Amino acid sequence: MSSDPVLVLDDLSIALATISGEVPVVEHLSFSVAQGSTIALVGESGCGKSMTALAIMNLLPQGFRCSGGRILFEGEDLVAATPSRRRALRGNRMSMIFQEPMTALNPVFTVGEQIAEALRAHQNLGRRAAAARALDMLRAVQIPAAENRIKAYPHQLSGGMRQRVMIAIALACRPKLLIADEPTTALDVTVQAQVFDLLARLQEEMSTAIILITHDLGAVADIADDVAVLYAGRCIEQGATRVVMEQPLHPYTAGLMVCVPHLQPGVMAARHRLLAEIPGMVPPLGQRPTICAFSDRCTRVGNDCLSEPQPPLFTLAPTQAVACLHPLQRETTA
Amino acid sequence: MSAPALLEVDGLFVHFEASRRPKPAVVHAVDGVSFRIPRGTTFGIVGESGSGKSTTAQAVMRLVPTTAGAIRLDGRNIIDLNGVALHEVRKSLQMIFQDPFSSLDPRRRAGNLIAEPIRLLEHRSKDETAARVDELLAAVGLQPSAASLFPHQFSGGQRQRLCIARALATAPALIVCDEAVSALDVAIQAQILNLLLRLQAERGLAYLFISHDLGVVQHMCDEIAVMYLGQIIEQAPNSAFFSRPHHPYTWSLMTAALPAGPLRQSLKKSYLATGEPPSPINPPNGCRFASRCPFVVTRCREEAPELVAIGTGHWVACHRHDEIDPPVFA
Repeated sequence: MSSDPVLVLDDLSIALATISGEVPVVEHLSFSVAQGSTIALVGESGCGKSMTALAIMNLLPQGFRCSGGRILFEGEDLVAATPSRRRALRGNRMSMIFQEPMTALNPVFTVGEQIAEALRAHQNLGRRAAAARALDMLRAVQIPAAENRIKAYPHQLSGGMRQRVMIAIALACRPKLLIADEPTTALDVTVQAQVFDLLARLQEEMSTAIILITHDLGAVADIADDVAVLYAGRCIEQGATRVVMEQPLHPYTAGLMVCVPHLQPGVMAARHRLLAEIPGMVPPLGQRPTICAFSDRCTRVGNDCLSEPQPPLFTLAPTQAVACLHPLQRETTA
Repeated sequence: MSAPALLEVDGLFVHFEASRRPKPAVVHAVDGVSFRIPRGTTFGIVGESGSGKSTTAQAVMRLVPTTAGAIRLDGRNIIDLNGVALHEVRKSLQMIFQDPFSSLDPRRRAGNLIAEPIRLLEHRSKDETAARVDELLAAVGLQPSAASLFPHQFSGGQRQRLCIARALATAPALIVCDEAVSALDVAIQAQILNLLLRLQAERGLAYLFISHDLGVVQHMCDEIAVMYLGQIIEQAPNSAFFSRPHHPYTWSLMTAALPAGPLRQSLKKSYLATGEPPSPINPPNGCRFASRCPFVVTRCREEAPELVAIGTGHWVACHRHDEIDPPVFA
C-alpha cells in the first residue's frame, strides 16, 4: 500500500515475573502501522493492550519484560536497543497520550513549561525558542486564548483542555509514531468527538502513524484504518476496520459488536429488550489455557476447540485474519 | 395530573458555596429541576460532567443538602426528614455508584456487606438475614460461596453485582443508578444492564438512571431528561426523544453518540457543539447553552428560555424550538 511501515511488531511476547515463574501477558502479537495510518488495538481490560503500548515505549512496569519477538521502529529493533537510545526516541520520534490527563500532567509546572520540556530535551532549543514553539502547539490543538493558557497549571484547565495539552506535548517534536491509550475515555461525548477530530487533523498534517488503544470498537471506526482485537493476551482477529466491523469472523469480535447498545435514533423497539451478552469473563492472568482462551464463553465451541491449542491467525479474506477453528461464515457479497 | 408518582422532584435547587472572599461565589449545581418517576419505570438523566446530574441523584438520596424544592416519595416530602423517619425512607430508596472499586469496604466480606443494610434498616434475626443474603447473591448471579470473599477477590463486574445485591437488600421501590455501568468493559456492561432489566421485570423496580451514554439510556429508559449546567433543557418519553429531539444541545449529544459513518460525518459540521460548558459559578443570564449553540441569536444571550410543552410529555427550553427543524438522524 503506502511506504515502509513506521512500526512493525514481530511475534512480540510480554511476560510478568511472579513467585511461581513467568506468566505470559501478551503472546505472539504481530502487526504493523504505516506512516499516516491508524491501527486500533481493541479488547477488554486485562487483554494486554496497554502493556503492548508500554512495551513499545519501553515504559513497562517492574517485573514485566519482552520475552520474545521484535519491535521494529523504522527498521531498528527496539528490544535490543540501549536504554539511552530508547530515551532519545521516546517523546521525540515516538510519543504517547495517556488515558487520564489529570494524573499524566505534572501539577506543579505550567502547561507551557511541560510542552517546552520535550522540545528542550530533544531538539536543543533554547528557553525562548521552546516557549514560542509551545505557544504554537497550544494554538495547533485549538486551545482558546493560548497566550494566557500557556501560563496555566493543569488544575486550572478542564478535562478536555488537559487532554489537548497532552496531545500538544506528545506532538511537540512531530513524532513518527503516536500511541493514544484510551485518549477520550475520561472525557464527555461532545468533547470526545472534538478530540478525535483534532487527532485526525494533526495526523494528516504531520502524517504521524497512530496506535489507538480502546475498548469500544464502534468509537474508533471513523479514524482507524486497521484493527487488531485482543483477547487474553492473544490477537484473535485482525484486519481492515471496515471489513472487520461489517463482518466479524471471530465469535468474540461479533459478541463485542452486538453487546454495546449503540444509539439508534428513530428506532422505537430498542427499549427494554435484553442485550445480547457474552456470558462469563476473561480468564485471569496466569490461568490462561493453551487451548482457545475464549472457549468457555463461546457459543460455537466444538470438541476440537477443547483439545487443540489455540490456532494462530490465518487469513480468511484479503484484509482479514482470524484465530478460530469455527469462525463465523463469511457471506459472499456480489 | 394523575395519582402521585413514586418519586416527584419539584423545583429542586442545590447550591454550594465555593468561596466567601474576596467575593462570594456560589456553584449552581442544580437550578430548578422538576420531574416525576412512576412506579416500575426508568427515568434517565443525561448530560456532560458538571451538568448536575449526579448532584440531582445525590439530592434525591438525601446525600447532599438541598437549597430549595421538594422531593416526594409516595406523596411524602422527604426533604426535612431525619433520624428514624429518614431510615424508613431509605428502605425504599437505594443507590448504585459508578465505581465498584471504591464503593465497597475492602475489609469486609461480601456476605457482611450485603447484610449491612438489612441489619441497619430492618432488624431481622441472624438466620433470616443469612437466608436473605443467599437469596440476594442468587438474584444477582453470584455463587453462595461468594459470601465469604473480600471485594478484592472479585472482578469489576462481580463487584457491581455485589453493589446491586446491597441495593436490593431492603426491597426498595426505587434504585438510583449513578453511571452504574460506565466503569465496566463493554461485555460486562451488557451483563449488568441485562441484570438490571431482569430485576426490574421481576420486582417492579423503578430506576433513576444517570448516564452520559445515550445508547445505554435509549436502551434502558422510559423517559429521558437532558441536563445542562444545572437545568433540564429537554425532557421526553423515549420514542419522542429519540425520534424528534428539539433542543440544539440534544442534537449535539446525539450527533456525538451516533455510530461512525457518513451520517455522523454530515451532521457533525452543523450540529456538534464547539467548546466546553461555562462555569456553574455565576452561570450566564440568558440561555446557558448560548455560548456553544450553533443556532444562537441575540435573544438567547439576554433572556433565559422556559421549559414549554411541545408534545405529550415532551418539554423543551429553547427560544427557537419552533423555528429550526430538527436534523434527520435516522
